[in-house]
Order: sequence, then C-alpha cells, then structure tokens
Amino acid sequence: MIRVENLTKKYGEKIAVNNISFEIGEGRIWGFLGPNGAGKTTTMRIITGYLPPTEGRAYVAGLDPIINSREVKALIGYLPENPPLYNDMTVESYLAFVAKIKGVKGKKIKENMEKVIEETGLEDVRSRLIRNLSKGYKQRVAIAQALIHEPKILILDEPTIGLDPAQIKEIRELIKSLRKDRTIILSTHILAEVTQICDGVVIINEGKIVANGFLDELTKSFAEKEGVFLRLKNFGPAEKLIFENIEGVKEVYEGNGGVNIEWERGANLAEKIAKVAIEKGMGLLEMRSLTPDIETIYLKAISQ
Amino acid sequence: MRNIIAITQKELKVYFVSPMAYVLIGVFLLISGFFFYNILMYFNMQSIQFGANPYYSSQLNINQFVYSTYFHNTSIILLLILPLLTMRLFAEEKRLGTEELLFTSPLSTWEIIIGKFISAVIILLIMLIATGVYSIFTFLYGNPQLEPILTGYLGLFLLGSAFIAIGLFTSSITENQIVAAVLGFGTLLLFWVISWASDNVGLMWREILTHLSFFEHFDDLVKGVFDTEDVIYYLSVTFFGLFLAHTTIEAKKWR
Repeated sequence: MIRVENLTKKYGEKIAVNNISFEIGEGRIWGFLGPNGAGKTTTMRIITGYLPPTEGRAYVAGLDPIINSREVKALIGYLPENPPLYNDMTVESYLAFVAKIKGVKGKKIKENMEKVIEETGLEDVRSRLIRNLSKGYKQRVAIAQALIHEPKILILDEPTIGLDPAQIKEIRELIKSLRKDRTIILSTHILAEVTQICDGVVIINEGKIVANGFLDELTKSFAEKEGVFLRLKNFGPAEKLIFENIEGVKEVYEGNGGVNIEWERGANLAEKIAKVAIEKGMGLLEMRSLTPDIETIYLKAISQ
Repeated sequence: MRNIIAITQKELKVYFVSPMAYVLIGVFLLISGFFFYNILMYFNMQSIQFGANPYYSSQLNINQFVYSTYFHNTSIILLLILPLLTMRLFAEEKRLGTEELLFTSPLSTWEIIIGKFISAVIILLIMLIATGVYSIFTFLYGNPQLEPILTGYLGLFLLGSAFIAIGLFTSSITENQIVAAVLGFGTLLLFWVISWASDNVGLMWREILTHLSFFEHFDDLVKGVFDTEDVIYYLSVTFFGLFLAHTTIEAKKWR
C-alpha cells in the first residue's frame, strides 16, 4: 500500500532523511520509532505529499504523492505533529470544513461528521469553540479531522502526545478499532504503544532505517538468547538437574531473582518446562519469556 | 469551485467569529462617515454663502466637491485598513500549523488563494455597500449625478481588490502577522506615491511611473471617466499580487 524507495530529503545542507526504503502492506498498522529529529515527521510529510523528496520516490497505492497529488491526498487521513485546528471555529463547523476540502459531498458530510464525532467521543463539545477545549479534546478533534473522509490510509504523527494515561488508552483502543481495512502509520515515543497496536515497526535514527519488519521477526532477529525466566518456591541442585536433562535445554542458571533457562534456537520448550515444574511440585510463581522486548530492540537498534 | 467556496466560507466564519471583521468594518464606517459628514457640511456652508451669486452657484457641484474628496479620503482609509484584514490570511495558517492541513488536502494552491481572496473581497464589498447609506441623504436633499458616483465606487472596489491581492502576497511571505501588515502598508504606499518620482526621471520613466501609480488611475474613475485602461490596470495588479502569493507558496514547498 505504501512503498518508499531510496528516499532522501535535504534541507539545505542538512540531511533529514537519508536513502531509506521500506514497504507497508495493506491493512497493516506500522509504527515509526526513533529519537527526536530522526526524520520520522519528514518521512510522513513526504508520503502525504506535503513535502517533495530531494531524491527517491514514495508510492501510495501505486501513485506518486507529487505527480498524482490530488488522488493521493484524497486517500490519506493525516494527523500532523501539531494539531491543525482553527481556534475560532466550533468543532462541528471545523469538521464540516475539513470534510468539504477533503472532497466529501452532500449528505455524506453530515453523516461522516456524526460518525467521527461518535467514534472520537466529541458529543459533549460538538458546538463549542475549539479555542475553549482542553488539550485532550483538541487532540481528539485533530484525530476526528483525519478520519472524516473515511481514508484508506491513516498517517498519525504522535497521536497520543500530551494526553493523560486514561485518554492514551482510549485513543489506542480507537486506533485499534480503526484498522479494519485501513493501513495505518503512526509515530510515537511510547514503546509500549507499538507492542500494543502495531504489526511491525520502522526504527529510524539520524535519517537512516536501523530496523524494519514485523514485530515477531524483529524480536527473533534481535534475540541473543531464547528461553524463559521462572520464579520457583522450591529450587535446588536436584531441580536444576531435572531442567538440564530436558532435551534442547542449553543452560540453566540463577539470576534476576529466579531461574533462567535457555534453550537451543527455535526449540521453544516453554510448555514442557512449565509442565515439569508443576509435576515435580516446584511451586511455580511466575514465568515469562527471556526474548527481548521492544525497548531492548529499540535501544539496540539506535545504538548500532 | 466547491473547494474555493469551502475556503471562502471558512475564512468568513473565522473573520466573523473573532471580532476582526466587526472591528475593521466598524472603524472603516466610523472614519469614512466622519469624512463624508464633514465634507458635506463644508459644501453646505459654501452653498449657503455663495448660492446667491449666480457665477459661484454654477461652480458648486456636489459630485466634484463632496464625492471626489470623499472617494480620495476613503481610498486612504482602505490603504490603512485592508492590510490589517489580509495580514492573517496565510501568516496565521503558518503559525497555527493549519497550512499542513490545507496542503495535505486535495486542493490546488490556486483554489486556496482564490478562496481566501474572495473572502476578503466580500468584506470589502460589505464595507463599500454600507457606505452607500450616506448617499441616500445626498440624493434626498440634492441632485448629484449618479454615473460619477458609480464609477467612483467601482474605483474603490478595484483599488481595494488590488490592495487585498498585495496583502495576500505579503501574508504568504511570513508567519508573523505584523510583518505581513507592515510589508503590505509599505508596498501600497510606495505604489501610491510612485508617480511623485516621475518629475526627477527621464521621459520614458516618467510615463512608466505615472502608469504604475494607484493614484493616477483612481483619479479618472473618480472624475466619472470609465476607461478600460484603468480597469485593466487594477485587474493586472490584482492578478500579479495573487500570482506572487502562488509563487511564494510553491517555492517554499520545494526549498
């Protein structure tokens, strides 16, 4: 659905995005991660047709955002980093305006407006001036704006920034509920968001892609070890021996307040280990994967 | 066309929700009304003083005395008011970040510019039509000629449209509204007085500078002379202003 080929963007001498390529399939939610100033916003702006690239090309549904500007822009719902709101308009008149300039016609304007107002929970503030809304509501209006023309593609630049934890959770649920047949790109600083919402990530650092792929693939490729961490009531040399005798187990050692069991790559013995632990009455208190979480992947990727 | 209307409606909404439109229209009417009243009163006194003398009374012409002066004064008020009307049109979009919304919507730059231009022209029209009330009294109690008044209003409208186009251009340069307004004033004043320099230059330049001046072309229309050359002059200045705004916006994208 979205393809980027050898994309470079220079602002004068400064290179914001340096020869990046990636592809995002239809119906996927993809996360953009990276430190501030890494080039996430620039990449998104190029995909939306707001900025032309210096070199390389972007394709949205097979179309070039500069050459087929109108078609591409009609396909995309875009939430910029700074919510693009007119303070002197009411929520309703603002949404009606955006619907019109996005090419929604006639009765559909009203229909779509009702739909996004409901989806984003704006019923209570629909006739208030945007100027008088709280930050959380403003952000919701900005998200509603991106949805109003029922776009096939959603590009959200830090959709949960400036919201409180309860609102963040709501917006995440909203984004998840939006996926249906949409392709969504979202940039964020909150790593947990990525694991909760996204199918895959692109990690950008200093204008270059340092990691790209589905989350489970990345997890595998960034894994140095595979195994589980256990907390057990009864653990001694005898128990250690039992684990070591399971076929495929590489190493058993104590650490981090429990027992770490590593196995050969791809063995996946989690179920077997749990069964053994329970059958032998070791008192299983906790069990989790030793595979790296998104934070580990992220930090490793940007320090490469 | 639908897109242009959408932009125009939005701009008018913003103008009339904020006090901007009311303040500008109100101040304009206050000052132009003040001028009209005083000019008319002065004309009245003159009429009473010299009306008995048949020679002088034949010289007392309400179109020349009242309307001509009034149109010239009003043109100066427009020069002061219109850059304040247009300064926000692009500068504010840039400051608020809403230009990102406009430029990622399926709109052409021309549609955005023309939509904004029309919204300001509508406010100009409201201002000018409201001043038409003044003429009710002159027609009730006097017998002015209609044609010079109409060409005078046409002059104000064309002049105002040109001011708006130039203001739109200066607003597209910067995100600071004050800078946009000051650049607007500067440009308009320079074009106003450019013919003054014609005394100090050669014959060819004298011709060019005189033709470039807002004032020279306005004078004809106020006198009741409808010359297509003047109309074309104002339309070309208007188009040129809009064209510069278009170029500025497009150039910024590609930088």
